[in-house]
Amino acid sequence: MSAFNAIGDGRDVDQNEFTPGLEPQPTWCPGCGDFGVLKALKGASAELGRTPDEILLTTGIGCSGKLNSYFESYGFHTLHGRSLPIARAAKLANPGLEVVAAGGDGDGYGIGGNHFMHTARENHDMTYIVFNNEIFGLTKGQTSPTSPKGHKSKTQPSGSAKDPIRPLSLALTSGASYVARTAAVNPNQAKEIIIEAMEHDGFAHIDFLTQCPTWNKDARQYVPYIDVQDSDDYDFDVNDRREAAAMMAEVEDALHEGTVLTGRFYVDEDRPSYQQEKRAIGEIPEEPLAERYFDDSYEWERSADHFLDKHK
Amino acid sequence: MTDDELIWRIAGGSGDGIASTSQNFAKALMRSGLNVFTHRHYPSRIRGGHTYTEIRVSSEKVKSRGDGYNFLLALGDSFARNPKEGAYYGNEEIKPLSENLDELREGGVIVYDSGLLDASEIEDFDERVEANNWHVYDLDLRSMAREHGREVMRNTAGVGVTCALAGIDTDWIEDLMTDAMPEKILEPNLEILHEAYELVQDEYDVDAHDVKVPEGEHDEEQVLLSGSDAIAYGSIDEGCRFIAGYPMTPWTEVFTILCQNFPKIGGISEQVEDEIAAAALAVGASHAGVKAMSGSSGGGFALMGEPLGLAEMTETPIVLIEAMRAGPSTGMPTKPEQADLEHVLYSSQGDSQRVVFAPGTVEEAYDQTRQAFKIAYEYQIPSLILYDQKLGGELMNVPASHFDRDPNPDLGSVLTEAELEDAPHSDTGKYQRFQHDVKDGVSPRSIPGQKGGRYLATGNEHTPEGHIAETPENRVAQMNRRLQKQEAIRAYLDDLEDGHQTYHGDDDAEYGLLTFGSQQGTVEEAVDVLVDQGYSVKSLGVSDMMPYPVEEVTEFLESVDEALVIEMNASAQFRGLTQKELGRYGEKLSSLLKYNGNPFEPADIVEGFKTTIIKGDDLQGLETKFVPAAGD
Repeated sequence: MSAFNAIGDGRDVDQNEFTPGLEPQPTWCPGCGDFGVLKALKGASAELGRTPDEILLTTGIGCSGKLNSYFESYGFHTLHGRSLPIARAAKLANPGLEVVAAGGDGDGYGIGGNHFMHTARENHDMTYIVFNNEIFGLTKGQTSPTSPKGHKSKTQPSGSAKDPIRPLSLALTSGASYVARTAAVNPNQAKEIIIEAMEHDGFAHIDFLTQCPTWNKDARQYVPYIDVQDSDDYDFDVNDRREAAAMMAEVEDALHEGTVLTGRFYVDEDRPSYQQEKRAIGEIPEEPLAERYFDDSYEWERSADHFLDKHK
Repeated sequence: MTDDELIWRIAGGSGDGIASTSQNFAKALMRSGLNVFTHRHYPSRIRGGHTYTEIRVSSEKVKSRGDGYNFLLALGDSFARNPKEGAYYGNEEIKPLSENLDELREGGVIVYDSGLLDASEIEDFDERVEANNWHVYDLDLRSMAREHGREVMRNTAGVGVTCALAGIDTDWIEDLMTDAMPEKILEPNLEILHEAYELVQDEYDVDAHDVKVPEGEHDEEQVLLSGSDAIAYGSIDEGCRFIAGYPMTPWTEVFTILCQNFPKIGGISEQVEDEIAAAALAVGASHAGVKAMSGSSGGGFALMGEPLGLAEMTETPIVLIEAMRAGPSTGMPTKPEQADLEHVLYSSQGDSQRVVFAPGTVEEAYDQTRQAFKIAYEYQIPSLILYDQKLGGELMNVPASHFDRDPNPDLGSVLTEAELEDAPHSDTGKYQRFQHDVKDGVSPRSIPGQKGGRYLATGNEHTPEGHIAETPENRVAQMNRRLQKQEAIRAYLDDLEDGHQTYHGDDDAEYGLLTFGSQQGTVEEAVDVLVDQGYSVKSLGVSDMMPYPVEEVTEFLESVDEALVIEMNASAQFRGLTQKELGRYGEKLSSLLKYNGNPFEPADIVEGFKTTIIKGDDLQGLETKFVPAAGD
């Protein structure tokens, strides 16, 4: 008998269940791309039949971190850049949870960059949504890791001398087994991609373009966009690492030249997730660890019985 | 300190198996019925560099390293750097012999491997031997080892020589080697052991000196453990099954023990990208319903400040282990110090809401680790164990029965799904996980995946259901509730049958020695020596750093005329904490500090006390520093 009966409930879920009663009206600015993520995540969760009690949504700090306040589920609004280590430990502790982590581009590619690289490398079975608006929004408009070279802001008065991060390439190189980019202005594709990411057994990274109408007025609104899977102009094998890498480089360059390319860029269904790898070498118990603490019949091991002999 | 003791020092090169040889030797002596205590000294090097381990052996319980030692086994250093190529480190080859002479007691025994060491390279060696009445045995241990096996087995030859000279029955060594060694190397080692033993018996006068192993008998079965072992086993017995960490000396020991043992009992260990992630993983696992821990040493702990604060604010139970080493910065990685006390008490922004224990012995390390988990999960607060390389690395024998306890996997204040049905929810369906008015400030939590338990955990100030809020009323209510736990925990600790503070000596004593953490055993031994010499002294070893045991320490200080605070740091952090917590006694407390990389020896304290407290002089030429009381 499980202590976590929300997991695998399998009932029909209405997407309105994910709208919290207490703070149903997000404080994001009118026209903010973050609304698009919220809507797509609600739609995807409902379509997959996940209930609010079986989803753990972890977020970082920033405008994106407010997602927890506007999405009804178990939530953990963590620290700036630290949503991933908290999310992946929760997944290790209770693999039945639907774990989704989210944060902004500064959060994920800047301060949390090391965690991003290593969580992708380890291929944890979870979804990571990065709200990429190419700017620091909540702190009022500073240059971010994805801001284009030459971007002027109060902290980069002469324009940034840095080339932006290449998020898709970074995810691929680090080891993510599902890499996609979508945009708030393309809600249908966004929902489909989140569904695929949640269903994917491994680390699924979504670079989610979220226009910032307040602090990044000069930036493009990510329209028009092209879905590379729907276009005849782009032909590459999404399962082939080399072709994916070449395509990602083109997509990242194109964004700063005014062409918004979205879609799936790399999908590897064969690579086992970290949880599977660790179970194969006997380093994760068969039953979810969290269940054990509620199992009155479990005989807890004692150091006196298992480890003390070698000290005698 | 008793005369009836053997303090055996095995010295050689780091990487030459000094640690394992000494551990086996200590265990064999323990099995023979004696009490043992080991002290390690090693450099921060991959291989080579002078290292030694000291084993103090007595028929009585041993709580500390001794003052000096009386039996040296000096082996070669296989990885010594060639002195001709760089004089910075001096002649490393001779160091196992030359570096250890200063602390060798009068009448002591020196055994050295003449196959690798040449005593004539040491200035005035013969004169010093004569002046100190040392007994020197030079044997070609290397050749003996080569003849039967490999050169590295010269350690075994040295043990054989020790047995012959100190009167130790080789059967104990043989039994232990049979248990510990694979067959392939067991045979040659046994041959070497016996040949060395017999050679000395036959050709030397083993009674020319009086450094002999005492006789002893245990009334119950003993185990040989370090503080690191005890912390790891305390965690296991309290139901911890998740650890995340990043290697750093000396914390790595606890991390390694648990990484190796968790797979055998269905636990999960994670070596991760940095200490921020390590502590954050512990928070994540605990949030999801598992008893979890992390830890590090000073530098790594500095990175944990943020997740630690998050655990405080979200009331997520975690246990963090901090193994202090000499700082600041990278400091001296393999040297003990107690200078991270303030770092651990106050790091992370805002008002600290955590529990910190500094155990003083191997048994206390086990007990207080268990208590740290119990409190963390019961009161939903981070608990920390603060120790150092000294307690972590010293091995001592402890009754096996001390670990014969029931496990406690209880998750503490957590609700089940059935209980959640009746628990308060907000109108919108969120469980009110952070209710304002609850007993002891503890509002029970739910676990993700439970039906009807969803809530928002956030590092922001928040309402009962977890929504971000900045209204003054809610802020004050939540702050007061969280702070209330400190009082509740203090009351709980004060009610414990076996409190964490350790008293030693006569209640009516005139003077007090006050210390914390790993120096406790050494301070107690100093008390015994001082009492033998006619001084009226007692000691108190404090383990509860936060919440501080105000009543107990006040009572102790009220009962003495003056107290000397003993701690292994340069800025008297524990004395400062004591004065801050008690709000007085500035004129009553003076400090004896040591921060040269070596822990106190009993004599440091005995001499320091007599010089400063009794005679009122300052310390001259000692390895310690005196800081007088205010107004003195």
